[in-house]
Amino acid sequence: MLALGVFLLAAFLLLVFTIVRRRSPGVFRRIGAYERLNRAVGLAVENGTRLHVSLGRGNLFTARGASALAGLAMLRRLAERTSVSDRPPVVTSGEASLAILSQDTLQSAYRAAGAEEQYRFTTGRVTGFVPFAYAAGAMPLTREENVSANLVIGDLGAEVALLAEASDRENADLIGASDNLSAQAILYASSQEPLIGEELFVGGAYVGAGRSHEASLHVQDVLRWLLILVILGGAFLRFMGFEF
Amino acid sequence: MSVLRVLTAAFAIASGIIVLLGYFLPVPTLMQLRSLLTDWAIILAGTAVLVGILNLVAVQMEKVRTGQKSGIYGALLVLALIVTFGFGLLLGPDDPLIQWTVDAIIVPVEASLMSLLTVTLIYASIRLLRRRADVMSVLFLLVALLFLSAVLFTAFSPALGDGLMDLVGMFSRGGTRGLLLGIALGTLLTGMRVLFGIDRPYGGN
Repeated sequence: MLALGVFLLAAFLLLVFTIVRRRSPGVFRRIGAYERLNRAVGLAVENGTRLHVSLGRGNLFTARGASALAGLAMLRRLAERTSVSDRPPVVTSGEASLAILSQDTLQSAYRAAGAEEQYRFTTGRVTGFVPFAYAAGAMPLTREENVSANLVIGDLGAEVALLAEASDRENADLIGASDNLSAQAILYASSQEPLIGEELFVGGAYVGAGRSHEASLHVQDVLRWLLILVILGGAFLRFMGFEF
Repeated sequence: MSVLRVLTAAFAIASGIIVLLGYFLPVPTLMQLRSLLTDWAIILAGTAVLVGILNLVAVQMEKVRTGQKSGIYGALLVLALIVTFGFGLLLGPDDPLIQWTVDAIIVPVEASLMSLLTVTLIYASIRLLRRRADVMSVLFLLVALLFLSAVLFTAFSPALGDGLMDLVGMFSRGGTRGLLLGIALGTLLTGMRVLFGIDRPYGGN
């Protein structure tokens, strides 16, 4: 019942903030990685280079799939923004259903931008089904496809270091976020602007994916403060001798 | 076409809500429906793997067709895939030949990539200060060194090693929980956007 309560509260807040956001545009704190991403998107269009979006290998049947879904939401917006370029983004994933969704996302983004002829099904690729095979397949893309920025967003493990190294070797920008703690530590050491923890899920709001993304960012903030209060309250009650 | 998109979205949202309610409410009909829908999804995911393999082959054959430098690797990959898939179908996954393929090719290749990963990580750590010389980077490297020393000390002086581990572990456990709570909240909201049809990665918008 507690889980259902949290779900209903979050749903209610999402609805309220989506309506409120319609009236006033959101103001967010600065996140260097997303500023770099927005710059990289503009540069890729101007230079005629590509973006590489790596969605990882998050299984959609598990909670790990959520990070890939966040990546797909960003991909949708980025594909729309780069639809004027003659070199559309290339998307790699290590999970078949994720690759199909990435192809669908690319196609609907181009359709929305009125550039459906840009869509090629080979731009949404599976590069391998196990972690290292996936990384080994995605590594050469930066060199072969003239990639100027790599956006690694999804469920990846330690193999993300190989992708980061490949990106660094070609002097490409690397913007990386993962729900996996090992990958987060590696990306912290390897990328110019690291994304930590829940910053992975707020990308949509920072790339202009719509007011629902801004609203969900505000709901995350509200729920986080509620959690902090519950933790502090619980600690205080235990300190006072209450058992629960 | 737009009718199809609306239907797709309606079916996806309805399925999501039924599965979710099946978790929250102990109603037998809902639980049976949840189980049925999950089974369908598993069958579809199995089929998606075949589609994924076809995609992999198509991308590699495109490299061969356009005469890219890495086309030769692509051809090798497709050949190995066909041979392994064929033998796998004929002999079954438990056959000694298939097991040998895994033990003699896949495991060593993965092990070599793992060792490459170790070197890459050390290199990345060394370059961290050149890339971002701030307090957090120094702290990051200090904690990494502290962890390494704790592991080393455990071999020579278990009491000291365990003490160091406890000290560092106290902070890292707290940090880990904080990060995981943030990720859980992000997961909840992302799932909710998909559930309510706000984000439709299945081509619904």
